[in-house]
Amino acid sequence: MRRQLPILIVFVSGVFMVIQYFIPHESFEFIYEYAMDWIIIIGIFAMLLGLWSLTRASVSKVQAKAPGWGFSVMTLVGLATMLFLGFYKGNKSIAEGTFFMDLFWYIYTPIQATMFSLLAFYIASAAYRSFRVRTVLATILLVTALIIMLRLIPLGPISGVNQWLASWILTVPNMAAKRAIWIGVGLGATATALKIIFGIERAYMGKD
Amino acid sequence: MNFYERLMQLDRRWIYLGVAIAVTIPVLAPFKVPVYITPEAKAVYEFVENTKPGEIIFLAIDYDPNAMAELHPMARTIMRQSFSRGIRLIISALSQNGPGMAEQLISQISKEYNKKNGMDYVYLGYKPYPGITILAMGQNFRIPFPTDYYGTPLDSLPMMDGVRNYDDVKGIISIVAGNIAEYWINYANGRYKAKVFFGVTGVMTADYYPFLQSGQLLGLLGGLKGASEYERLAKQEGVATEGMSIQTVAHLVVIAFIVVGNIGFFMSKKKKR
Repeated sequence: MRRQLPILIVFVSGVFMVIQYFIPHESFEFIYEYAMDWIIIIGIFAMLLGLWSLTRASVSKVQAKAPGWGFSVMTLVGLATMLFLGFYKGNKSIAEGTFFMDLFWYIYTPIQATMFSLLAFYIASAAYRSFRVRTVLATILLVTALIIMLRLIPLGPISGVNQWLASWILTVPNMAAKRAIWIGVGLGATATALKIIFGIERAYMGKD
Repeated sequence: MNFYERLMQLDRRWIYLGVAIAVTIPVLAPFKVPVYITPEAKAVYEFVENTKPGEIIFLAIDYDPNAMAELHPMARTIMRQSFSRGIRLIISALSQNGPGMAEQLISQISKEYNKKNGMDYVYLGYKPYPGITILAMGQNFRIPFPTDYYGTPLDSLPMMDGVRNYDDVKGIISIVAGNIAEYWINYANGRYKAKVFFGVTGVMTADYYPFLQSGQLLGLLGGLKGASEYERLAKQEGVATEGMSIQTVAHLVVIAFIVVGNIGFFMSKKKKR
């Protein structure tokens, strides 16, 4: 029963979600709306689980004085501070000028912007080392990358030609490759979903 | 070790220094870069331009502060263009670190155009699990958002009177970083047939061209260039237009490094022969 019940729930839910897509009747819409509420509620529990998991992992790292335990202390302090400030004034905490928002604007935002900006340096270094004309395929990759990068740069009389070439690369070979990938991903996801619905794939139940 | 071999093994700190100098110069000595307007960017602009005053556009600000440099100018320009034309906006922020950032933008621009919350715009804020939220909004905005960002029930906001789901908005413009974009295409367009337009980061741009051709996506702004195209179209040149000169120089430096790297590669190979 411990195994059959989850499989039955997944089967019924999965089959319903497939069927309701094709039947635009209000009774199906009602159950669908109800299911949406359930998904949101379950999602919130998953978030609590994540919070618990993060806290437990960080605390045990600090207790064991594992390498980098100082970062875990910072994680816990940050988590506790933001939780406290968020709950302390409720909805008012998200108004401009509050300490909560100051932390967001003057600590969190610059940290994220800095992390993202570092990419420019890494990309330049990686391009220098890896974009080498070693083989025919590498040459095609290099030429394509140069055309796409050059579309952002004014090139005088050849700007129009380069724009046309860049546009062609994006809308023809790029699109063909991307479409093949998307269709592959779609078919793979469908196959996995069917395996879960019919109880063939049971990894989501964890260990027996 | 000869010169070319040394060139091949150039210390990465020199590359970092080169990039740092390159991005600093245009900041100190700004210059303008001509921008080619792409049809996909023009499609977004024309959608907003052809929306009548009083009609509603759903503007999704789905990014975190890390994508601000590329995406904030898009959101800002679209919001200004909409408010200046009397278009009403329903705004959401489905990326977990974006709601505060979106709120600041909304309060700043609504003040500029003297627009009132609940009358001219509604800010729904954030709900976890964007896929589920987008699906639920297709049924009714009130399922995931019974209240707006400020805690006011949606039913008490005059603008939401008679506005139930995507059928009641002219279209959706999602300024997005990350996989939230896929949910808008799969659910809002795929399931509910909503008109979807995107503003995405530079690295995401190539991924979404197939959806343009299939008609699942009706317009696309790609990266800082897309933002600068939009600023030019809307005649609101700002940070994206200024940033294009920095991006141009940075790209030139990357290209120069690639060329130098290949010269070193070829010459050292030649010497070995």
